[in-house]
Amino acid sequence: MIKINRERCMYCGGCVGVCPTNALTLNETMLVVSEACNDCGICIKFCPVGALEV
Amino acid sequence: MTAGYVSNSAPWGLWRYKMEVECLVIGAGPAGSMAAKELASRGIETVVIEKRQEIGAPKRCAEGVSKHSIEKLGINVHKLGITRTIKGAALYSPSGKKVVMEGEGMEGYVLERKVFEKYLASEAIKEGARYMIKTQATDMVMENGGWKVSIKNLDGEDEIKAKLVIGADGVESKVGRWAGLKTLNRLTDYHSGIQFEMAGVNADENYIHLFFGNEVAPLGYAWIFPKAFSANVGLGILEKGAKMRAYDYLKKFLEEHEDIFKNASPIEINSGGVPVAHFTEMTADGVMLVGDAAQLVNPIHGGGIVRAMHSSIMAAEVADKALKENNLSKERLMEYENMWNEEYEEKTNKLLKLRGFLEKLEDKDFELLADILEGEDIFQLTQAKLSFFLKKLIKRPSLLGLATKYLKD
Repeated sequence: MIKINRERCMYCGGCVGVCPTNALTLNETMLVVSEACNDCGICIKFCPVGALEV
Repeated sequence: MTAGYVSNSAPWGLWRYKMEVECLVIGAGPAGSMAAKELASRGIETVVIEKRQEIGAPKRCAEGVSKHSIEKLGINVHKLGITRTIKGAALYSPSGKKVVMEGEGMEGYVLERKVFEKYLASEAIKEGARYMIKTQATDMVMENGGWKVSIKNLDGEDEIKAKLVIGADGVESKVGRWAGLKTLNRLTDYHSGIQFEMAGVNADENYIHLFFGNEVAPLGYAWIFPKAFSANVGLGILEKGAKMRAYDYLKKFLEEHEDIFKNASPIEINSGGVPVAHFTEMTADGVMLVGDAAQLVNPIHGGGIVRAMHSSIMAAEVADKALKENNLSKERLMEYENMWNEEYEEKTNKLLKLRGFLEKLEDKDFELLADILEGEDIFQLTQAKLSFFLKKLIKRPSLLGLATKYLKD
């Protein structure tokens, strides 16, 4: 499951829109990863600030 | 029912809402509030839910709109929502060659999204729509021919039943996915965007400024959009052309333009994803997607506000008829998607071709284009007029092959 660096995360939700397994949800400043995450890494490639990692 | 305020019979109030409505709009951005206004003005019972605690913030946007497009749609923008009226755009090649686009049809507004969107919500409320903020939709299922949407907010967990759900929930759209539509964005067609809103920027505030180059913003561009006393300074890139994060490119951009930024400092940071191609279906049984949720963004400049609002105008028109006929099947609601395609499909496809061409350009090609194109030419290109461009390139063999491959019908 991907790790979120909460100090870096901008909580923009951009990653949510590219997650193929619908594992990401953003609510205000709470980005949540669910069990559906399969470590595909697409969100990591997208993140404008590098807040996501495996 | 969990909360004391919830009532099916009470008059509309701050937190009172009907648990069964004709239409539920999910998301209160420009698309959601425009849809709510258009639906409510037709007498359709409309509730809007917005998961954030404030409408319009944080923005994920450079806030620019074309004045002509806004006027063409008859959209009423509150004067407090416009921070700057601009004459046109100045475009810069990698070496700094400047081409200015200005004149009729090229004027624009730079908005204050927070004000612009709250005003839009106020207009929807005036028409009879009701809003619930800090209210998140967590799931929705089909039940008795309508949708049952699970929500969470300050009053706890609850459910709203709706005949029709309008998904205006942006790039993060869950509504489409819940309804079984393939709304997933592809990384190859999804800009990674970052922006500082800065005070103290030294750039002509009558124009937006757009900077091109593969070292500046690969497969995208960097921008400066002047506001009343600040400017949105940002860029969008595509991952496939990038050697580093969008944030790193922005820092580099600021460092390389000391003349513009030496007395500037950020007052806000924004980021976000921008869908620059449209693949998804827009309708399902009892569901219509509008705005970014349906990937309705101009593929060339990434602007989505006007398209979002236009999609909502169309969706509401079809929703009104479908509700009256009591037929909210996908087949009935498809009229909306057909209307959209009639108006935008051809242009969008041409602009996608143009994007494909631009993505192949090297920095030397941008220099060449800066030499041979005038502002009016570039404006024509953004209007999806491509054939004249091929003629212009006839004496430029280095680009003609590429242009013919990508742009010829």
